[in-house]
Amino acid sequence: MASLGQRALRDRLRGPGLRLQTGPFVTCVQSPLAALADSLGVMYADYPVLEEGSLADFHVRLSGSHGLRRLLRPQVHFHYDGMAPFQPLPLGQAFPMFEWAMNWCVSSQAHSWLVIHAAVIEKEGRAAILPAPPGSGKSTLCAALVNRGWRLLSDELTLVRLDDGRVDPLPRPVSLKNASIAIVRAYAPAAQFTRPVADTVKGTVAHMRASSDSVARAMETARPAWIVFPQWRAGAPATLAPVTQARAHMRLAENAFNYSLLGAAGFHAVGRLVEEVRTFDFSYGVLDDAIAVFDSLLREDA
Amino acid sequence: MKSKRAPQPQPQRPLLLRALRDPGAMAGFSDAEWDLLLRQTLAANLAATLGLLAEEAGVLAALPARVRRRLGWARTVWERHLRAVDFELLKLQAALRETGLPLILLKGTAYAAAGLAAGAGRLFSDIDILVPKAQLAEVESALMLHGWAGSHHDAYDQRYYREWMHELPPMQHMRRASVIDVHHAILPETAAARPDPARLRAAARPLPGRAGLYTLAPCDMVLHSATHLFSEGEYHHGLRDLFDLHRLLCDFGGQDGFWAALPARARELELARPLFYALRYCTRLLGTPVPDAVLDAAHSGAPNPALLALMDALFLRALAPPHPSCADGLTPAAQAALYIRGNWLRMPPLMLSRHLFHKAFLSPKTEPAQ
Repeated sequence: MASLGQRALRDRLRGPGLRLQTGPFVTCVQSPLAALADSLGVMYADYPVLEEGSLADFHVRLSGSHGLRRLLRPQVHFHYDGMAPFQPLPLGQAFPMFEWAMNWCVSSQAHSWLVIHAAVIEKEGRAAILPAPPGSGKSTLCAALVNRGWRLLSDELTLVRLDDGRVDPLPRPVSLKNASIAIVRAYAPAAQFTRPVADTVKGTVAHMRASSDSVARAMETARPAWIVFPQWRAGAPATLAPVTQARAHMRLAENAFNYSLLGAAGFHAVGRLVEEVRTFDFSYGVLDDAIAVFDSLLREDA
Repeated sequence: MKSKRAPQPQPQRPLLLRALRDPGAMAGFSDAEWDLLLRQTLAANLAATLGLLAEEAGVLAALPARVRRRLGWARTVWERHLRAVDFELLKLQAALRETGLPLILLKGTAYAAAGLAAGAGRLFSDIDILVPKAQLAEVESALMLHGWAGSHHDAYDQRYYREWMHELPPMQHMRRASVIDVHHAILPETAAARPDPARLRAAARPLPGRAGLYTLAPCDMVLHSATHLFSEGEYHHGLRDLFDLHRLLCDFGGQDGFWAALPARARELELARPLFYALRYCTRLLGTPVPDAVLDAAHSGAPNPALLALMDALFLRALAPPHPSCADGLTPAAQAALYIRGNWLRMPPLMLSRHLFHKAFLSPKTEPAQ
C-alpha cells in the first residue's frame, strides 16, 4: 500500500474502493473520511493492494454524517454492501470501527475455517492459541510476545482450517485497551501505535501496527502446538496448569464463533485440535516472566 | 390472445438474473462480473442457492476459487439451517401429536421438508403451518405447553391478529428461539379475496417418508406462493420469492395434468390475479418455461391495460435484485407504492386508515435496538 502514495490511496477510498488483502481475505474499502485514510496508510502500509476489478470477499464502506448532524455530533456509519449491521459511532472512532467491522466480516461469514475468538502467535512453525474473554490480558500478552521474537498470526481471530487443522495467519493491527496501551508502549518503544481513542464501548482503544515480517509471511501457515488460556493478575507468579482434553474442548467451543454452525465439521475440528496440542490455564503478573514461560514451552516440546 | 413471450433484447439485465435464468452461463463470467454478481446475490439472500445451481449445472468447479469459497460459506449456513429445521419439525410434531391434526407445512418449511428444488439454498426465519380455524385455540395451547410463547401482547395487536389476520401472532420458543407462524388461511379475514382454506387442507398431500407431515398440493403450493408474493407490502425478498415460484413451476411442470389444472384451480380459489402476475414475471425475468396455452388461460386474471402498465413499472423494479447496482431513480417510489398497496389489499380503506392511525399514534413505541 505504501507504494500507492497518500494521494492515490485517498482517491481509491473515495472512488472505486481500495482492495486490501489481509491474510486469506480481500476487502474492498470505500470511505470519504480523510482521517481514516491516513490511519489506514500507516497501519496497513505493508499490505498488498489488489487492482480494481479483482474479486473481493467483503465490501465495506465507512462514511460520515449528513446535514446538521455533521456539524453538531458527527458520526461514522458502517455499511456492509448497503446494509448497516451496526449503530453509528462518534467520528473519532472511525479506525476502531473499521477494525471491529473487519473482524465481524470474518467471524460472521468465513465458514471454511473454525473461527476462534483468540490471539495466535508462532515460533519455529508452531502456534500458540490464546483464547480468552475481554479483560484477561490476552492482547497485552500477545503484543508483548510479538515484540520478543514470536510472529503475529492474529490478535483476535484464529483461523483453523477444517481439512488439515493448520492455522492460517490473519495478521492485522493489535487492539489494546485502557491501561495496557501504556504498558505495551513502554514494553515495545520501537512499535508504532495509533493515537488512543477515548470513550469507546471498550474504553480507551489504540492499535499497534503488525510487524512487516508478520505481514510479509501472512501466507505461511502454522501447526497448532499449544492452547493457553491467559489470565493476568497483579503480582501473580507465571504458572501453567494443565487442562484436560474434555474441558479444553468445551472451552474452545465456547470461544469459537461458528462451532455449532459447522456441526460435525466443527466438532471434529475442535476434537483434533485438543488432541494435537497441550492445553494450559496460565496466570501471570509480569510480562517478562510470561515470555520466559512461552520460550520454555518451545524448548520442552522441541 | 397473443402470447407476449418473444424474447426482448435486454442488454443491461442484472447479472444475478442472467445467472438464475441460465446457471451454466456462470462459467463465463469475469472476475469483475463475479465481484458484482456476488454482491447482488448476497443482497438477495441467494448465495447458497447460486452455489447449488452452479453445482447442478456442472460449472461449480470452473468458477474462480474465491467465488467457490464464498458460495461454500453460504452453503454451510444453509446446511446448518436444514438441520435446525428438521429438529424443530420433530419438536413441533411431538407438541401437536395430542391434537391429532395433520401437520400441514407452508412456504419455505414445506419446500425444505419435501426436498423440493425451491428449497435448495433457501433460508427462512419462521416455520409456517396451516390448521383449521376451529382448532386454533387447541393448537395454541399445545404449543404453549411445549415452550412456544406468543408475541405482540399489546391489546390492539392481539385484536389485529386474532380478528383480522389469517394467523396467530408469531410464537417463539423460550429456549431455542424458533418462531412458528400458525395460519388458518392464506389471506387475511379482511381481504377482498378469501380462498377457502378447507379446500386447501382437503387437497394437502402427505410427505413420503415423513409420517404426519403434509404439504399443499402442487397447484396450491404455487398459488399460495404467488398470493403471498403479490399481496406483500415489503419486497426485500421479492426476487428470492419469485425464484421459489420459478423452481416450483419447473418442478411441477413435468407432472401430468399440472399445467391444465393450474389456471382452473386459481379461478376456483379466487386467485387468478396473483397467478397471472406470477406467470408474467417468472417468464419475463427468469425465463420460466410456461406453455402458451397456460399463459393464455391465466390471462383472465390480468388487470386492465392501464393498471397493468403501472404494475409492470412497480413489480419489475421491486423484483430486481435488491442491490444499488439494479436500482433506478424510481425504485424507492415503486417500493413505497407497493407498501401502500400491500396494506390496501389487506383490509378495506376505512379499516386501513384506522389501523395506520393506531399504529402511528396510539401503539406503544418500541425502543430501537442498540
